[in-house]
Amino acid sequence: MKKNGALIFLECLKKEGVDTIFGFPGGVVLPIYDALYDFDLNHILVRHEQGAVHMADGYARATGRPGVVLVTSGPGATNTVTGIATAYMDSIPVVVFTGQVPTELIGNDAFQEADIVGITRPCTKHNYLVKDIKDLPRIIKEAFYIATTGRPGPVLVDLPKDVLTAEVSEYKYPDKVHIESYQPTYAGHPGQIKKAVDFILKSKRPVIYAGGGVVLSNAAAELKALATKLNIPATTTLMGLGGFPGTHPLFMGMLGMHGTYTANMSVTNTDCLIAVGARFDDRVTGKIDEFAPYAGIVHIDIDPTSISKNVKVDIPIVGDVKNVLKELIRHLPKANALKAYAGGLSEWHAQIKKWNAAHKLSYRQVPGGKIKPQYVIERLYAATKGDAIITTEVGQNQMWAAQFFKYDKPRTFISSGGLGTMGFGFPAAIGAQIAMPGKTVIGIAGDGSLQMNIQELATAVQYKLPVKIAILNNMVLGMVRQWQEFFFNKRYSHTCISVAPDFVKLADAYGAVGLRATAPEEVDRVIKEALAVKDRPVLMDFKVDQFEPVLPMVPAGQPLNKMLLV
Amino acid sequence: MRHTISVLVTNEFGVLSRISGLFSGRGFNIESLSVAETMDPHISRMTIVTSGDEKVLEQINKQLNKLVNVIKVYDFTGEEHIERELALIKVSANPENRAEILSVVDIFRAKVVDVSPRSYTVEITGDEEKIRAITELLRPFGIKEIVRTGRIAMARSPKQR
Repeated sequence: MKKNGALIFLECLKKEGVDTIFGFPGGVVLPIYDALYDFDLNHILVRHEQGAVHMADGYARATGRPGVVLVTSGPGATNTVTGIATAYMDSIPVVVFTGQVPTELIGNDAFQEADIVGITRPCTKHNYLVKDIKDLPRIIKEAFYIATTGRPGPVLVDLPKDVLTAEVSEYKYPDKVHIESYQPTYAGHPGQIKKAVDFILKSKRPVIYAGGGVVLSNAAAELKALATKLNIPATTTLMGLGGFPGTHPLFMGMLGMHGTYTANMSVTNTDCLIAVGARFDDRVTGKIDEFAPYAGIVHIDIDPTSISKNVKVDIPIVGDVKNVLKELIRHLPKANALKAYAGGLSEWHAQIKKWNAAHKLSYRQVPGGKIKPQYVIERLYAATKGDAIITTEVGQNQMWAAQFFKYDKPRTFISSGGLGTMGFGFPAAIGAQIAMPGKTVIGIAGDGSLQMNIQELATAVQYKLPVKIAILNNMVLGMVRQWQEFFFNKRYSHTCISVAPDFVKLADAYGAVGLRATAPEEVDRVIKEALAVKDRPVLMDFKVDQFEPVLPMVPAGQPLNKMLLV
Repeated sequence: MRHTISVLVTNEFGVLSRISGLFSGRGFNIESLSVAETMDPHISRMTIVTSGDEKVLEQINKQLNKLVNVIKVYDFTGEEHIERELALIKVSANPENRAEILSVVDIFRAKVVDVSPRSYTVEITGDEEKIRAITELLRPFGIKEIVRTGRIAMARSPKQR
């Protein structure tokens, strides 16, 4: 029996181990949707293609498995671009399949034609246009391989309609992939690893600076082992949250623009910065020439381009973070020497304790006053005991979620760090919930961001997903408002969004549950009610203090030790 | 500093766009570019002339290597190598100066490849310096048009001791 490209496509996904795809149908992908009609594969019907990519992204971040998207050509494809760029900046394995007009029409400005391969070239790890059904299985295999290996990232595969309707009598889904020009380095150079160990053991004020690479490489256990064996304090980037236990005594909190005083001061004063799966982003370094000025830097990263891109590194180690950390640990000296080293750090730890005592993350919740957004986050943490997957939107909500919730496990904090995509958190929460049906998934949102993909409420209702959305509703675009307050003479140009839906009624209109708290005394009740809902999404509308800023803050372009404090 | 980089890539459509997109997206310069198939028809060679400090060149090298279609990147800087460009120069010619033009062409071991009553078209190959030199010498006669290829380069074979 002959099979068409559409059926082969679905069979290949199945063979790849895909259990769920996020999609939206359209003209040229009709052959696939027709084949899907009686095919055993979980398809989540989204309400906007951007939502589909963020869902696949959330699915991937929560599980480590690639997220899969299927959309039609033209606008369906272009709507995925923000989602793809989001995944690209945070190195998330997502495979996006777009329909394309038939090959003989490509370039003719056909109906719903867009050069999506051209458009997404700079924001995918790699992309393909399938021109012949014979290439289809190989390209699907390669797409998943490229997305999930090395430094992960999104891959797009464009599927012209005639490829989907063409028929062949047999095909083979390859077991293995060999791409001559794509050979990621997994093992760190042994010489460099030895050098790094020697260097670390000579340091007096070491700091571990861990990024998203720790999470991506599933290396949290190894990182913790290294830190505890050597008694080295650790900070993480936004993307690294959960890569080191948030409640561990060696954890100093996040560093960077809204990092803790302790983390930023320690990085400024360290003599040995151990960067693990991090990329020295400008939100982390502040003024680059004054970043870690006294430090020799060890940098472990799978992507050679990350090394010495922004900051000159003394001991680079290219390789998979997990592998390299294992090797580093293996090369550590015997117990006595370790003890001597760890004991020698007491002065450094005393200094860190002093910084900690001087400026803790703080806010003041006045009983009967306005709800402080930080208070909501802390109560969510208390109610869930930290056992939840948190996704965030972008802006103040994101920073408070990073500062006031403690993440002990990797893949429990899901946020658009690199691109900073408003509208990411809610669909990402849906994707995470689909991946982890038994888990409590809470999307921490701002009233601005949430409205950028609010249409996915219908998706969450349709699939009976008990996603909880906590809106820190301050009726402004809070982070931009904060910058206007600090740096633009309080000229609040176009940041007031008080014209907004009644979120409780909106939830109701979609068939979700809407709850509201207007006073701090109501916060716990709302959270409790929300957590009890198991069959539908919940919107929690917390009316919070409009003027609460995110602090500490390193103003853009300033060094890390020049923080605005509470 | 200027660098001549040779990039072996898979011979597929869209690869040139990936490379040029990488340069433009990251703010790297391309001063010249030439592309053609190698002896293996599945592989093409791009010769790119670019400039930047050590840090920029390190990034260019790494970023090129990161592209899935790039097989090998080779920077000729600091290596013994031969560089060539080709230029076609259409120069105004009249009965009074034809002989003089031909002597310039001769000196540079260039060739006249097209003749019309009012012009010569001269073909010249050589390194950048040579092409600049002949251009300067022909300029007084009136250059109507110049078409230049990008630079190509090849490493010199190791000399016998």
